[in-house]
Amino acid sequence: MLEIRDLECVRGDHRLFTGLKFSLQGGELLYLRGSNGSGKTSLLRTVCGLLEPAEGEVLWKGRNVRSQRDEFNAELTYLGHLNGVKGELTAFENLRLGGALSGLAVSEDDIYQALERIGLGGREDLPAQVLSQGQKRRVALARLLLSQASLWVLDEPFTALDVGAVDLLAKLIEAHLQKGGMAMFTTHQAVDIRAGAVREMNLDARNS
Amino acid sequence: MSDGVLTSGRQRGLFAAWRAMLVRDLTLAMRRRADVLTSLFFFVIVVSLFPLGVSPEMAVLRGIAPGVIWVAALLATMLSLGRMFADDHQDGSLEQTLLLPHPLSMLVLGKVLAHWLVSGLPLVLLSPLLGMQLGLEGEAIGLLMVTLLLGTPVLSLIGATGAALTLGVRGGGVLVSLLVLPLYIPVLIFGTGAVDAGISGMDYEGHLSLLGAFLVMALLTTPLATAAALRISVE
Amino acid sequence: MALKDSIAWYHFSAPKNFYPLAGKVIPWFWGLTIALLLVGLYLSFFVAPTDYKQGESYRIIYIHVPAAWMSMLIYLVMAIYAIIGLAWKVRLADMMASALAPTGAMFTFLALWTGAFWGKPTWGTYWVWDARLTSELILLFLYIGFISLQSAIDDPRRAAKASGLLAIVGVINLPIIYFSVQWWNTLHQGASVSPTMAPKMATIMLTTMLIMTFAFWMYTIVIVLMRVRRIILERERQTSWVMELFGAEASGEKDEKGERK
Repeated sequence: MLEIRDLECVRGDHRLFTGLKFSLQGGELLYLRGSNGSGKTSLLRTVCGLLEPAEGEVLWKGRNVRSQRDEFNAELTYLGHLNGVKGELTAFENLRLGGALSGLAVSEDDIYQALERIGLGGREDLPAQVLSQGQKRRVALARLLLSQASLWVLDEPFTALDVGAVDLLAKLIEAHLQKGGMAMFTTHQAVDIRAGAVREMNLDARNS
Repeated sequence: MSDGVLTSGRQRGLFAAWRAMLVRDLTLAMRRRADVLTSLFFFVIVVSLFPLGVSPEMAVLRGIAPGVIWVAALLATMLSLGRMFADDHQDGSLEQTLLLPHPLSMLVLGKVLAHWLVSGLPLVLLSPLLGMQLGLEGEAIGLLMVTLLLGTPVLSLIGATGAALTLGVRGGGVLVSLLVLPLYIPVLIFGTGAVDAGISGMDYEGHLSLLGAFLVMALLTTPLATAAALRISVE
Repeated sequence: MALKDSIAWYHFSAPKNFYPLAGKVIPWFWGLTIALLLVGLYLSFFVAPTDYKQGESYRIIYIHVPAAWMSMLIYLVMAIYAIIGLAWKVRLADMMASALAPTGAMFTFLALWTGAFWGKPTWGTYWVWDARLTSELILLFLYIGFISLQSAIDDPRRAAKASGLLAIVGVINLPIIYFSVQWWNTLHQGASVSPTMAPKMATIMLTTMLIMTFAFWMYTIVIVLMRVRRIILERERQTSWVMELFGAEASGEKDEKGERK
């Protein structure tokens, strides 16, 4: 489904990695490892199409993602370092408008349920800027609950989360894989995902 | 599901997304009213400085009124351009926007419309008051409003490209004026030209049609340039 | 033949191959520049006839007009390079666009400056809001915008893309701006500084102007090639061929960075 061919990524005048290849099928998880500055974030952003690869291409269902942006984006959920949560809007509004923007048919009940599950019950109508760092991250994660995308690209999804939330997110990823979804993520924490085929890739090992 | 159904479904999705973008940006503007009002007051203050700086003589003021109001409108628009994408860029909403399953240029158009509704339209509505302060009368004031109504959307559209190009750039706020003001010149020329022509009893329809043509051209081309600039800005 | 040509283009569009080629041709273009400039200046000052109305001071147009032509041509060429750079991702084209901008700005400034000096004895004022001078001033603003945007962005790739896009937006707007300024000028019946030459420009005057234009053109090529060579070294400094070029100097850096291959 997702295939990366001979990818090379350059930031500034520094080559992060070159000749990178892998593919991801339904039910598979790619666990991306590497030290700071090894290019994990750049790789994830390149897969999403936010960064243009210096060489090589990213294919989705056999076609370059750049030639089918809308189709690819419809099946992609990306969670970056930034939450993409508007401080002036409430958690509920953030999710409702986010859903409408991605063209998802989500009802108000779905949103309340998602917020409840992610542990923001009772805080749905507070402006996101008064929430704590971890709570804002949860608002962003609640998008995963509503998402119908088959590819999840998560950059450090576990940062700023407490133990309960880390568990919950791990379960979410497991459920996603069991439904035949695909996921890629990076993390500095040890997280146990017990579903799907977990594959690891270490960017440090490739470069040395 | 046939292709036709799929396409119309996607179009509905696009319309919903477009509306959500508009609603979101308008809601945000309403919750940050102070920002919006600042650039409006700026517009009023700049215009009010001219009688003090040039002359309180109504005859003199009447002569420069269209130019003064138009230049003040350009500057007020410049001030408000920072709001269009900078916050989205900072909090990550911009990345999410780029990853939406809709043509980016269309979404940009929604954002520009929201920007114009809160930053451009109020200038149009305030202009009669300022026109009267500077000694303009009935027909000239009406004409001034029409030119601003046609011209300020062009300012928002071109400004969006400049704002997108300078996202996350050192000194972006000042730089954007350097990039965008030269491109505003045609609108300025024909906006003031129409009012001047009207005052001196000449035909002004040509000016208005040209302003209209600029608007159509800007609508067709600038969203594409802005979308390209936004993609560059997140790299 | 066509295939061979296209291979040559492709070959030299790689900065690595262009760098030595540029180095080889620069002396030749220097020679051409100096020769044309000497001939042009000699014709301008000693051969071209004195203007019957403006006297000797008119001779500045032999610098003014070619500079104005070059300023517009360079913006156009810059935009074409920007399009090639963005559409076909040719890095060398991006580099050419950024190398052209300072020279374009310089000619624009030269045109304005000589215009002012020509205006003083002829119209008694350094500056008139004439359509051509005003357009030239706006062109200078566009050049300054391009250069400022480029220098404000740290990442060279992003800088090249953003300023390239700006150049394209600028070149689309330029005709509209020129036309608007022209219109504004006739509306206000402002002064016109169009050269009030005899209806039939003497052949010698035209020849002189063309020779000066070619001299400026060659000068542009020399300066741009020199600048683009510097840009190539700057942007490719981590590649092996640049390191080999500088052999010993770069070897220290090489160890430090490690060959990331």
